[in-house]
Amino acid sequence: MKLLRHLLRSPGFLVGALLLLATLLLAFLPPLLMELDTSRRAGLAYMPPTSGRWLGTDHLGLDMFALLVSGLRSSLYVGFLAGIVATVLGTLIGVYGGYKGGWIDDVLTACTNLFLVIPSLIVLILLSGSLQEGRSLTLIALFIGCTTWTWSARAVRAQAASLRSRDHVALARINGYGTLGIVCLHILPYLLSYLFMVFILQTASGILTESVISMLGLGPYDTVSLGNLLNQAIRNEALSDGAWWAFFPPMLLITVIAFALYVLNTSMEGVFNPRLRK
Amino acid sequence: MFRQHPTLRYITARAGWYALTFLVAVTINFWLPRLGEANPVDTLMARVSGSMDAQAAREREESYLREFGLVQTDDTGKILRAADGTPLRTSILTQFLRYLRMSLQGDFGRSIVQHPRPVSDIILTALPWTLALQIPALVLGWFIGNGLGALAAYRRGVLDKVFYPVALLVSAIPSFCFGILLVYIFGVQLEWLPTLGGYDEALNPGFNAAFLSSAATYYILPFLSVFLLVVGGQAIGMRSMCIYELGTDYVRYAKLMGVRESTIVRYMFRNAMLPQLTGLALTLGGMVGGALIAEMVFSYPGLGLSVLTAIQSLDYPVITGCTLLVTTCVLVANFTVDILIGFLDPRIRAAREGEA
Repeated sequence: MKLLRHLLRSPGFLVGALLLLATLLLAFLPPLLMELDTSRRAGLAYMPPTSGRWLGTDHLGLDMFALLVSGLRSSLYVGFLAGIVATVLGTLIGVYGGYKGGWIDDVLTACTNLFLVIPSLIVLILLSGSLQEGRSLTLIALFIGCTTWTWSARAVRAQAASLRSRDHVALARINGYGTLGIVCLHILPYLLSYLFMVFILQTASGILTESVISMLGLGPYDTVSLGNLLNQAIRNEALSDGAWWAFFPPMLLITVIAFALYVLNTSMEGVFNPRLRK
Repeated sequence: MFRQHPTLRYITARAGWYALTFLVAVTINFWLPRLGEANPVDTLMARVSGSMDAQAAREREESYLREFGLVQTDDTGKILRAADGTPLRTSILTQFLRYLRMSLQGDFGRSIVQHPRPVSDIILTALPWTLALQIPALVLGWFIGNGLGALAAYRRGVLDKVFYPVALLVSAIPSFCFGILLVYIFGVQLEWLPTLGGYDEALNPGFNAAFLSSAATYYILPFLSVFLLVVGGQAIGMRSMCIYELGTDYVRYAKLMGVRESTIVRYMFRNAMLPQLTGLALTLGGMVGGALIAEMVFSYPGLGLSVLTAIQSLDYPVITGCTLLVTTCVLVANFTVDILIGFLDPRIRAAREGEA
């Protein structure tokens, strides 16, 4: 409760939470209130925004607002799923290595460092490039999660390694707890706030990575996402036609989500870490 | 020999580690594209076979199979066949070893779309553009970003109040969005600068005044898009590092002792610098990714654009050639930073000499 009060008093947390809430509302509220059709033509190509069509039309004459809302949902889905996968993978590898120590730790650290220097975008390009059809949102999210877990594994390992030599862990070991018991009961609870922050950053990077991959034309197949919208707009000369409504709203949304998550993360760091709290 | 030369041992150990990483990267580069069903020979045949009779098509297919190392051949280059006449396929392991050998020699095979142009030729035309764009932007951005960050942390006040939120917002803008904004504002709306390409298409590339000045005007926007993002990211990191250093005991003590401010700043800067350098090594891969995207947005004729066109036309040899080269560059840069840190960080230096 005290933690929550501290959080609510931090301006960064409020700004981040409000922005995030606003994007969530934009993603899930409009479909309940009005009919959004992303497949039927609503007018000619690149029609500017009017009072009836808030964001005009895209290069095919589809309603840009409907596309944006559905794209936002896809991007959020990919981001959160990728965030979960990356956090879980990173936590498993980091906590296990950090707690166990010894050669297992050496091997896991070596693997982590190895994949940390190989650019994950490159691996992602090769991975999604090898599949043509069947690149679903879920698959893309899994790919992203599997290529971006490295830095969270590294961060979590450092935390777990510092917990290993604490007294309560030694006590648990003396009392005959197994590795699983110690990790679940005596290590993970201490890392919870940290893991939450890792998850937030991984989600932000998942959303950004999805849009980069989609910009390259390697994104989810047959689905609207914010990155796909941008890709379509750039390829169909929205820039030179001056159709700002085709590329500016998706860009704004991506930036706002990333910014909101970053600010949330920074403000939580300030609250969870008493040394930084002034 | 290593016992007497701890430095040499350190470098060798790092080099060995990066060689291993390189091997893994090459393996990924080889296997991942082969997960899909796309077979370069089928793709090529689909492109050319339309206008051929059956005999010519078969001969062409055989030459392609040989070229991509998919079939076993005898010493004269004749394709070995099974009893029923079908060509004997090489095992995937043989293909991998062949790929490894070729890659180490800088031979990435031939492009499918621009067949028979070698991939290395495509890369060599694109590479100078990428290097000319990225290296100055990354290096300058790193120095200026760190300088600004340190200044903001030390001076505080107006500079920090204005600068920090701006830097935070800028660093949240994904690189491609930033590029698109620059293109739209300065290229399309204001029409100040050209936006697409690396030089005026009407000119021939060469070392003459007209071409160089054209290339310079096309250079400004892509450079800015990479440069400003690096500045923003580095400045934020450096600022928080310096704020941390300002609160440490040695800075307070030095202040109480009446040590000159410029001296304190120098001490502080050196301490805050190291994590930034390590950070550079870790973020380099990500930065290169962002920089490649910038090239795509601006249609800058570098590696990024080559990758983009290759992806759009499913030109796998070009994709893997470019990705392998980018990975190699990132590894080499990381290796350099690692060695540099080994010399700059007194703790690592001491640990090394203590071991000897």
